[in-house]
Amino acid sequence: MKTAAAPPTRQDGAVPDREALHAIQKKIQACIQCGTCTASCPNEFAMDLTPRRLWRMVLMGETDAIFTSQTFTLCSACYSCTLRCPRGLPLTEAMHDLKQMAFRGHMSRYKPSTAFYGHFMNTIRRHGRIRETEFISRYFLTMTPSKPMLPLSYTGLGFKLFRKGKMAIEYPFAAPGKRSLEKIFQKVESMEASA
Amino acid sequence: MSYLYYPGCSLTGTAREYDLSTRAVMDAMGVPLTELEEWTCCGASAAEACSELLSLALPAINLAIAEGMDARQDVMIPCSACYLNLKKTAETMRQDPLTRDRVNTVLAENDLTVKGTAKVRHLLDVLATDLGADAIRDKVTVDLSHLTIAPYYGCQCLRPYPVFDDPEEPRSMEPLIRATGARIHPWQMGAKCCGASHMNTKMDVALELVHAILQAARGADAIVTVCPMCQMNLEAYQDKIARRYGDVSSVTILYLPQLIGMAFGLSDEALGLELNLAVNNHFRSKRKAAVNA
Ligand code: SF4
Ligand code: SF4
Repeated sequence: MKTAAAPPTRQDGAVPDREALHAIQKKIQACIQCGTCTASCPNEFAMDLTPRRLWRMVLMGETDAIFTSQTFTLCSACYSCTLRCPRGLPLTEAMHDLKQMAFRGHMSRYKPSTAFYGHFMNTIRRHGRIRETEFISRYFLTMTPSKPMLPLSYTGLGFKLFRKGKMAIEYPFAAPGKRSLEKIFQKVESMEASA
Repeated sequence: MSYLYYPGCSLTGTAREYDLSTRAVMDAMGVPLTELEEWTCCGASAAEACSELLSLALPAINLAIAEGMDARQDVMIPCSACYLNLKKTAETMRQDPLTRDRVNTVLAENDLTVKGTAKVRHLLDVLATDLGADAIRDKVTVDLSHLTIAPYYGCQCLRPYPVFDDPEEPRSMEPLIRATGARIHPWQMGAKCCGASHMNTKMDVALELVHAILQAARGADAIVTVCPMCQMNLEAYQDKIARRYGDVSSVTILYLPQLIGMAFGLSDEALGLELNLAVNNHFRSKRKAAVNA
């Protein structure tokens, strides 16, 4: 008798399964691999897969190739490819979809981006508006074990902003304020969990 | 003409001078702004990287507030990222009833309902389309004709919605800048990306993009921007870029309403000029000469 396989777990680093790509595949189905997206992308020089190749990987369901690549995290949402794609495909939106999959999967190789966005979202969840000091301190706290020098890249700027009174000296763990979006976030989470 | 006004988070913090100068210029032109009551964050570039539903619900909260205040007034937004988030959400709410229902299920938690009827406008659109260069020229008291200005548009006020300008070769700022008396710096970088939030997560990539923009601005007395993220990327890392590439010197970076306000003779305090991170001595002395002329 075969022993029942352990239920699949979503650990850190687990690559999403192929089905998860279906919605994105539908959006970009009409791609003709012309390369206009690649030629339009200001970040292409830093990407390991060109945008055109990334869309090919998405259409072929190559989740391993997609989620070892940094390409989608290098999209700065300039919308040039979306504007120019001869098939009119919503490419920037598809990049966001991939970012969302990486965010939900807690994949550590995307941590600089996902930690940054995650802390940003938690700050507005608690306060309704961004509190820059709280958000940046928490981001650096998360990042310093792997990138201890990271805060130093920004200290000069931090001092300048404090001096100009543009960043308040505020306690990074303040209690949620009156504009808290806690109920909104909870509702979204429950709707997304049941989707 | 009057507008509902959504400043967004940056304009209450790191971009306070954009808020000050926008209000000051609108006031000088006799255009009343009514700030949205109890507005909240639009999600910036973070929500869309985390959750599709949140990336619509967060802007929708503010659309619902605007619709509840005055359906006849357009919502004016100076930040390009906020503008695109609210604009995209308004379009989606109008065109996609299923998604609108989902978003309204979320908004019910805060007793709000969104219809998508609010008309979302970028500050540059309002200046270029509704007010126009002539209205600016009428108010000019300080001659800025010795200044050469590089107009920088960035991405999200132009793309993906080509509302008031050519999304690849924008020109809408040029008549406004000329109306102040200043000349236009000819360049091709006005619609190129500054790297946006890469400056926080992929700094080397953003520095490369900003370097190309600063380099192309050589010969201009200042770059003007219409977005707090563009402004911060262009002004705050100039020392680092100069050290790394060795071929750019400091460039003054201003918000468009700060330039217009200077031509109107508004004070440095009113325009928040002491808050800018990159106003160099070259620019200061040229400006002094203009005021004393
Ligand atoms: S521009 Fe559009 S059609 Fe051409 S390769 Fe890119 S996604 Fe495919
Ligand atoms: S939207 Fe993203 S992928 Fe498309 S051209 Fe711009 S940076 Fe590149």
